[in-house]
Amino acid sequence: MIGRWRRIDLAAVALTLLLGWLVVYPILVVGTDAADGSAIRAFVTRPGEWAALWASVWISLLSVILAAAIGIPLAFLFEWFDFPGRKTLGSLIALPVVLPPLVGVIAFLFLYGESGFVARAIQAALHLQNAPWRLQGAVAILLVHAYSMYVYFYLFTRAGLAKLDVSMLEAAQALGADARTTLWRVIVPLLRPSLVGAAMLTFMTALGSFSAPYIFGGGFRVMTTQIVATKLNGDLSLAMVETVALALVAIAGLVLLRRTEGDDILVALGKGIAPRPRPIRRASVRRLATVLGWGFAVLLLLPHLTLLLVSLVPYGAWTTEILPPVINFTNYRRLFRRPSDSGRCGIRCGWRR
Amino acid sequence: MVGPARARYRRRPLTPFLEIRDIEKRWGHGVTVGPITLDIARGEILALLGPSGSGKTTMLRLLAGFEVADGGRIAVANEDVTTVPPARRRFGMVFQHYALFPHLDVGENVGFGLPRSPDHGAKISGALGLVDLAGFERRKVHELSGGQQQRVALARALAPEPRVLLLDEPLSNLDPSLRERTRRELREVIKRIGITTVFVTHEQEEAFDLGDRVAVLNTGHLEQTGVADDLYEHPANLFVATFVGRANVFRGDSARVLGGNGKGVVVVRPERLRFADAGLPGIVRERRYTGAGAFFLVEGDDHERFEVLAEPDAARVGQRVYVEATRVIAL
Repeated sequence: MIGRWRRIDLAAVALTLLLGWLVVYPILVVGTDAADGSAIRAFVTRPGEWAALWASVWISLLSVILAAAIGIPLAFLFEWFDFPGRKTLGSLIALPVVLPPLVGVIAFLFLYGESGFVARAIQAALHLQNAPWRLQGAVAILLVHAYSMYVYFYLFTRAGLAKLDVSMLEAAQALGADARTTLWRVIVPLLRPSLVGAAMLTFMTALGSFSAPYIFGGGFRVMTTQIVATKLNGDLSLAMVETVALALVAIAGLVLLRRTEGDDILVALGKGIAPRPRPIRRASVRRLATVLGWGFAVLLLLPHLTLLLVSLVPYGAWTTEILPPVINFTNYRRLFRRPSDSGRCGIRCGWRR
Repeated sequence: MVGPARARYRRRPLTPFLEIRDIEKRWGHGVTVGPITLDIARGEILALLGPSGSGKTTMLRLLAGFEVADGGRIAVANEDVTTVPPARRRFGMVFQHYALFPHLDVGENVGFGLPRSPDHGAKISGALGLVDLAGFERRKVHELSGGQQQRVALARALAPEPRVLLLDEPLSNLDPSLRERTRRELREVIKRIGITTVFVTHEQEEAFDLGDRVAVLNTGHLEQTGVADDLYEHPANLFVATFVGRANVFRGDSARVLGGNGKGVVVVRPERLRFADAGLPGIVRERRYTGAGAFFLVEGDDHERFEVLAEPDAARVGQRVYVEATRVIAL
């Protein structure tokens, strides 16, 4: 008994130390560095700072809206309708969430960037002198955000739909509600906790997003890139003030969204049975669902498929062609032959760098 | 229905209000429910009674429109509703777990099926008054007891004035102590409104007490339809005889001793058996005291076991007894 108590105490102490080191200490470092009168004055008076902060906010809000617009319909499509390939595709399109954000951004560059597949294909097809577009600025950031963060809405909504009690929907039907009324008066309110959770996660991720604004931002600054720029200029105190400002916005967003979550008890009162995926009777609708499902899946996975393709092209072998001229495993072989390419970073790669 | 309409209806009392004709539902793996034909009169309460898997819930869902029939037709007041979707069928439904909307309060739940109109609020109060929950409009659903939730579900189903009321195991979610009272109240409300009602149950007592008539289902087929007394005293077959009420089944010599005609099976209810000086011999193996009487489990000489309901002191465990029947059901 005593031995077990000791083990629990030990675990508690270890956890406290870990939290202190990883959470409390960084906050204290940032806080003390930011408590600098001149830095705070500089932050408040410079319009560039406010512009960057505002840019972070509206980019994040729009990211939430766009991610919801992609993720929620997808969740309904894959959770409620049965079509060939539903299960496999349903898990595949959640894949972007497991890849680091930088990988997603690079994948985008390869696919939709000025010299990416799509741009080159259009350039070749229309015999243009230059690339048809430049992937830059707020639009590019939003595109990348929407493309990678829809997964939160997709997963949360699917989980919410899977928990939905089918008798709720039948009750609405029996009371004369049509599909639209059922959606707005029953399904959406019951999904609200899932949707708010997804919105919170998307908002936070977009607010802290760095890779996309850094690579595609160009002259367009959001707070994360602003912090790095300030630090590179050597003004550490101002960078810390900026960090605190961003954190405050994040907390404000969290509090606001929490409010909308409400305090209703939304669990079903009885043990419900989740709606099973409906087999679609009408052939035309079934075809449409299949085409939509496959279409979305391919479109959403395209950037990552591009990465896979690019990883198979030897370094320097692909220059101006639309499709790669050579495909082999050279890169993979190099990865295993030269261990110095990876794993050298060690402790110096810690968070303070 | 008022005035002339009611008078017209009275002149044709045999016209069923809810007609079920050869209705059939085929599931995968060769499981089929039906074909079932049933007529339900206006204002009648029909119980669908059967064990699990008998197809009673499927029947109710076919009536509600949640399942699409593979054959046959359903008509209400001569209007064919077989393919009418549930939202336009105007059938009220109370679900087994009530399916109250947790994000809406009691009033909003009851008003869900009502169109927006000036008397919206009055209709909600009226429906709540009907189930004895007047003034509960602003209460949260999860604050209510099980019995109150059940009544809210009933009020919600009745508020839009449906043509038929469907109840899925309406009392199974309640404490046994509450069930009998709720059953009486439920029957009283339904009879007061006069709405045609179909409900599903697997409990014989509930079917007998709440239903005007009982339809017994087994493995997707309708075994027998009738009033409670008929089902109990004149079961159509062995399944109905043993499923509806307690029953002892005798064959061969034992059946003959008890008064059977020597062919087939004889069914005797425990209360129709009594200890006597002569008859079917056996030894009392168990005695289960119920207060008003006791069930004696008797093992016959052919090792068949049967129950006798008698006075608590009619016999002792281990005693050799003779049993005779006061009424037998020969099948």
